[in-house]
Amino acid sequence: MKPLVLPSYLEQEPAVKSRFDALKQRDVILDVKSLGKTFPAKKGTVTALKDINFVTHRREFVCVIGPSGCGKSTLIRILAGLESASSGEVLLDGKPVSGPGPDRGMVFQGYTLFPWLTVKKNVMFGLLNQGASVVSAESEAMQWIDLVGLERFADNYPDQLSGGMKQRVAIARALAAKPRILLMDEPFGALDAQTRAKMQAYLLEIWRNIDITILFITHDLDEAIYLADRILVLKANPGEVHELIEVPVPRPRSPEQFITPEFLATRKRLDDLIHPPSTESEDDKLNMIRFTQAGDDIEPAE
Amino acid sequence: MNTNKPSRKWLEPRVELPTGQYRLITLASFILPILVWCLVSYVPFIWHPNVQVTSPGDVAYFKEGMLLKREVFANELEKMTATSKTPPEGIPANPIYLPAPDEVVRALYTSFTTEPQRRSEQWLHESLWHSITVVFTAFFLSSLIGVPLGIICGTYAAASRLTEPFVEFFRYLPAPAFGALAVAILGIHDGPKIAIIFIGTFFQQVLIISNTTRKLDLSLLEAALTLGAKRLQLLFKVVIPGVLPELYRDQRILLGWAWTYLIVAELIGTSSGITWFITQQARYKNFDNVFAAIFIIGLIGLLSDIILARLGKRLFPWDKSGNKA
Repeated sequence: MKPLVLPSYLEQEPAVKSRFDALKQRDVILDVKSLGKTFPAKKGTVTALKDINFVTHRREFVCVIGPSGCGKSTLIRILAGLESASSGEVLLDGKPVSGPGPDRGMVFQGYTLFPWLTVKKNVMFGLLNQGASVVSAESEAMQWIDLVGLERFADNYPDQLSGGMKQRVAIARALAAKPRILLMDEPFGALDAQTRAKMQAYLLEIWRNIDITILFITHDLDEAIYLADRILVLKANPGEVHELIEVPVPRPRSPEQFITPEFLATRKRLDDLIHPPSTESEDDKLNMIRFTQAGDDIEPAE
Repeated sequence: MNTNKPSRKWLEPRVELPTGQYRLITLASFILPILVWCLVSYVPFIWHPNVQVTSPGDVAYFKEGMLLKREVFANELEKMTATSKTPPEGIPANPIYLPAPDEVVRALYTSFTTEPQRRSEQWLHESLWHSITVVFTAFFLSSLIGVPLGIICGTYAAASRLTEPFVEFFRYLPAPAFGALAVAILGIHDGPKIAIIFIGTFFQQVLIISNTTRKLDLSLLEAALTLGAKRLQLLFKVVIPGVLPELYRDQRILLGWAWTYLIVAELIGTSSGITWFITQQARYKNFDNVFAAIFIIGLIGLLSDIILARLGKRLFPWDKSGNKA
């Protein structure tokens, strides 16, 4: 097999480089400072997150990836205020946050739409909590529903929608509450491949058109590269920042870029970080016994 | 699968029946027991352990219409034939406590049209109405406190700890045991009856409703929090609407529960309502009337549950598991 010669993922085209320079000049929306999280366990404590530091700028798209058990879900739950940090702090627009609030919208993998409310009323939920009148909340909700292309389904209940449509409602519902940052916890993880691809393109389109910063958790490397400006790579036990990668793939993004050299270079780097070849444990190895006759091979022998 | 084979859906686990079969089998669940009852009543050689005397003959103590054990009758018949006196005649019969379907159907009609024997007594429909009022009053009072308390216990851990251990203890105390106490406190009329049904329903209700409330998907509350909902908004805009269909189903089951306490409750103090009718008729050995009254209770229960199920479908159109009858 001829190995593919890839450029370094650190190489950036001038256009990409200047875009990152401009991005760094923008206001800092989210500032995570030496964040740590420990859980009590049978013997002592388990460290789920250790000394996490990063910032996101306004209208930046940051993806978080890492092996399972690296605490990426814990991280986003702390940012959303659904769990408390053991150490460190989270600043939103320079002010420390404690507890959940509408300034950090969240989209969950499991949709979490209110089944007793129609699509429209689901989207109105956050607006009404903030004291909007029913009439204004309704007209505003309809705009968000238009944005995600579900105006025909405004009066349907969530159970009547497909998974992709449900997640679009969840995005509209989160955005309608006008958050400063949108936290997305593996939002497309439960969708099939085609729907997932459509939703990714959709999300980029939404992100391009409104003033929103996105922090997106995924375990899909391609998804992370396709969507993100920067990728925060975590490692497990304890959950620490492995590397913060600036994605060298130019914008606007399109599915054709999945096979460009810079995309593949980034993919290779992420793969090396998340699945280093040396870490295969004894549990992962299969000890196979042959059940087929000698000579009945489906692959050439080694 | 081989499509030539006739469909045997009822042999496949958890496969929905086609509408035709569904209706047919539902009907059969009522028809089959009635059929068994008809067989036992009308086919003499299946059971009929007694003989009803149609003509006493020369037996001194026989009277027309008398019910006797088969052996006793056979014995007397043999004696009479041996002494060549007029033998008694009789037909096989079931014991008095098992009236035939047609007798019960007739009783069902006549019990409504028969005037009460004494002026102080009530017509059957009056007794029935009295029972229904007692059940629904008790259930309403129980729900008035039990449902909100259950929801609060299911939502707030502190409320749950403060309430549930005691409720858990109390629900094991048999409600009828409080009969004498209830009469002493509330007098002999409807008060103690309502109290017994209340005690029988309330403590179960708090526990069942609080458990149902706890089953609400926690992530819905988390989603609401990230959308800016605060304390009471969480309770009124998420918890309550979220558990409502399930809670409604619980209430349907609990209402059935309240009916089962009715009979005990109505025996306390002055007996009243449908229970008074049943015990009175049993005393006169009018078992056809007793059966009729029992059927009426069953019918009221079944009908009210079907109505509530239909209503539930209307009330909670989003509920996909549905309120099934």
